[in-house]
Amino acid sequence: MTIAPDIPKPSLMGFTVPIMAIAGSLLGYVVGTAKGHVPLGVAGGAVAAAMLAVVLAAAVPQRAAGRIGAAAVFAGLGAILGGVAGAVAGILAGLVLSWISYWLSTGAYRVGVPVYATAGEVLWHNAFRVICGLIFFFLIAPIVIVLPLAFNAENFFTFTPKMLALDPDGYSLKHFQDFLSNPDWTRPLKNSFIIAPLATIISVSLGTLAAIGLSQSHVPGRRAIMAILISPMIVPLIISATGMFFFYSKLGIWMEDSLGLSKDFTGYVKVILAHSVLGIPFVIITVTATLVGFDRSLTRAAANMGAGPIRSFFKVQMPLIMPGVISGALFAFITSFDEVVVVLFVGSASQKTLPWQMFTGLREQISPTILAVAAVLVAFSIILLTTVELLRRRSERLRGMSPT
Amino acid sequence: MSDTTQASPMKAADGTPLKKSLTRALRRQKLRALALIAPLLIFVLVTFITPIADMLFRSVENQIVHDTLPNTVRALRDWDPASGEAPAEPVFRALSVDLQVATELKQHTRLGTRLNYENPGVSSLFRSSGRGADKIGKDFQDRLAGIDPAWKEGETWAAIFGSDEWLAADAAWAADKSGSQPAFRMREGIDEALPLAAHAFLMFAKDAEGAGKSPATTKPWPVFSDALAQDLESNPNPDPAALPAAEAPLIAAASAAVAGVEPFSYRDAFLAMNKGWGEVGTWETIQAYSSPYTAGYFLNAVDLERSPDGIAVRPPEERIYIKLFARTMWMSLLITVSCLVLGYPVAWLLANLRASTSNLLMILVLLPFWTSLLVRTSAWKVLLQQQGVINDILVWLRLVDDAGRLVMINNQTGTMIAMTHILLPFMILPLYSVMKTVPPTYLRAAKSLGATPWTAFWRVYFPQSIPGIGAGSILVFILAIGYYITPELVGGTEGVFISNRIAFHISSSLNWGLAAALGAILLGVVLLLYYTYDKIVGIDNVKLG
Repeated sequence: MTIAPDIPKPSLMGFTVPIMAIAGSLLGYVVGTAKGHVPLGVAGGAVAAAMLAVVLAAAVPQRAAGRIGAAAVFAGLGAILGGVAGAVAGILAGLVLSWISYWLSTGAYRVGVPVYATAGEVLWHNAFRVICGLIFFFLIAPIVIVLPLAFNAENFFTFTPKMLALDPDGYSLKHFQDFLSNPDWTRPLKNSFIIAPLATIISVSLGTLAAIGLSQSHVPGRRAIMAILISPMIVPLIISATGMFFFYSKLGIWMEDSLGLSKDFTGYVKVILAHSVLGIPFVIITVTATLVGFDRSLTRAAANMGAGPIRSFFKVQMPLIMPGVISGALFAFITSFDEVVVVLFVGSASQKTLPWQMFTGLREQISPTILAVAAVLVAFSIILLTTVELLRRRSERLRGMSPT
Repeated sequence: MSDTTQASPMKAADGTPLKKSLTRALRRQKLRALALIAPLLIFVLVTFITPIADMLFRSVENQIVHDTLPNTVRALRDWDPASGEAPAEPVFRALSVDLQVATELKQHTRLGTRLNYENPGVSSLFRSSGRGADKIGKDFQDRLAGIDPAWKEGETWAAIFGSDEWLAADAAWAADKSGSQPAFRMREGIDEALPLAAHAFLMFAKDAEGAGKSPATTKPWPVFSDALAQDLESNPNPDPAALPAAEAPLIAAASAAVAGVEPFSYRDAFLAMNKGWGEVGTWETIQAYSSPYTAGYFLNAVDLERSPDGIAVRPPEERIYIKLFARTMWMSLLITVSCLVLGYPVAWLLANLRASTSNLLMILVLLPFWTSLLVRTSAWKVLLQQQGVINDILVWLRLVDDAGRLVMINNQTGTMIAMTHILLPFMILPLYSVMKTVPPTYLRAAKSLGATPWTAFWRVYFPQSIPGIGAGSILVFILAIGYYITPELVGGTEGVFISNRIAFHISSSLNWGLAAALGAILLGVVLLLYYTYDKIVGIDNVKLG
């Protein structure tokens, strides 16, 4: 981090130390509550943090050394007060406090605001970032909190004292084992992986064709068609689900009676068709977005060189819109994979999907296995997100739209 | 410039006028585009739009009274509820036939359930009278069988009511049951000669056919005898041309017997079964709902009801839907506002940071977006419950004591928190894409012209971000208003939305008409917002990820 030379360094005693003391006393309050001596904790925290600020600012200009040292000292203090968990908490506290100390004492907190900014403006600038940080915390924390809880050795939905003490006995893989061995969960898992890919294939193939049609220059009633094709995303799911419920029960009876198909098979067909409709808007949106940037002269050039429409589609247009198609496919997949309401109404027990099982689990007999499933799904969504991001960047690069 | 074109129209290479050739090319292009769209459009129309339209149609559909009690409805046409008296004998006669047919088809309880929505208590009236009406039919059957045992045989009835061709075809089919079953055809003129009995037999024949049985060999319903007696009483000498020659003497004998006895009072019989038949209210309900279409479900969905003085507001303890709609709207609005309050700073930060940092932070917004809805809902359940993580931390910090753990779930707070979290990415993404297009130089220009930071933001930046606010807010509101899963899981009884009520009526109370009416109102609101969204943003501009 480079700091402009004209940023004045703030006064140590008048600025850095008091703020550090406040931060330290907040930390001390937490430790104090845990140990039952709140006033002692607050005072001790304030003193420790103030001393840290003085030492770091005056004696340790090397940032790395200072931070490691602070982490080590606080880890020691933490270990005395709270064992292994205390040591880990101490390392974190040391790293945070030393970071704040350097941030304040070197004047780095003014980076990003003009030199002429008033103190109030600087305060607002940083407060704004803290607020944004809290909002990001609100977004992410619920998802992250599920991960450690999934390893709970007890059947509780909260942290047990053993878990907080970082005792290995407090953790286990038993909920994951249950997820992978209990037929109540393995069957829905299998169903989800049957239904979602097939529904995706239908929505992607029909959706891509339609998106290509929609992106032509002369389409009569384009707006109306678009509105109809996007509507599955807009209509409240409960209304779609009830409409489909009546339609697919009639269709199912017809398929069983006239075509002589088994009840199980028709059940899957019903759910797959229903889910593919729900995925269509996402495919249409992503593929049309890719086609907006598509250079039409490329297909004309291909035609000029003698390629038929089919050949030019597969050799020229398809590779270029592929990223859009794949990210549309991922959206369609996750829509189906994550869908509960429609499958609840259209499917029967043999088509029970993972979200359905989670839904009944959450509503009726809440079992901790749900958290293991949730953890697996979070990992799964991280993979999906990474894929989509990579594809988006690749698409932008291919079309030369942005240098990133 | 145009004198050449006027003299001779421009020609394409093949000699056709250029205009025509261009039109043709354009038409071909349009057709190709439509051909590409057609499969999907048809798929969506058939499996999505039509089913929803069909479902919503149930909100005005009311065929059940009309179909189950056709004769009663006809007889009831002349009755005036203002008279303050239950209808006279003819209505009860028709009711006897209709109710017996309905009982045989097991429809009388369904009808009772339907009318019970409008007039509680009717359900038990129909249920109990179904058995009683059957008894009337059995008495008549025994009397007819006493005159001639042939009346107990299905063949006798089939021979009277079936056309000759059908009888032959049916006999041939019944012998070896090969090929398809011949559809029942009524004898010409019989429905004028013996209207009630013909109607009853028609229902019987359809029912038998549905079960794959021959109407001629199926045990006849007792109601035939009742209906025949009524027909013969009102017209002792039915047109002989309409009757089959072989059975004519049988009918004549029955007619003579009917004429000989004192008329049976159906009204007394029904009143003896259940006093409810003597009440004006019962008949009023049947008359009010006898037309094939009704506004009743919609009235019900907005807490109105049909009363003797026209349409009136329901009593306060029965008014639930307006409150539920208002709550759904209000909570969706609160969720939208809290999403905006939380989303605006984040979107601003993302739009104004360096690309690499903002891409990194964007992942924190997109991860919840990609994470399963149920995972997020279960996470909130874990966090918010009384023995959950947040309460544990608060207790540990001594901010609340152990007995005073906060109730944050199974109420409106739970729904609000969880849904704000779930819908926040839908607010941030449109805001971000709009803010990205606002040049940061405008703010600097404003400040250099002397504006305070607040004025610069409020007068220069904020107006330019309004399209983003509009897009995000409408999107979040549309999604919130129709939410089902999250309110169901964390909303308890106080935090549920109209969607949950619709689901309840579809799967538990089976009042599909009311569910459809509620759904139609909800869909109307959503479509209105969708239209606004389309006007403001354009549906093609929806961005994902």
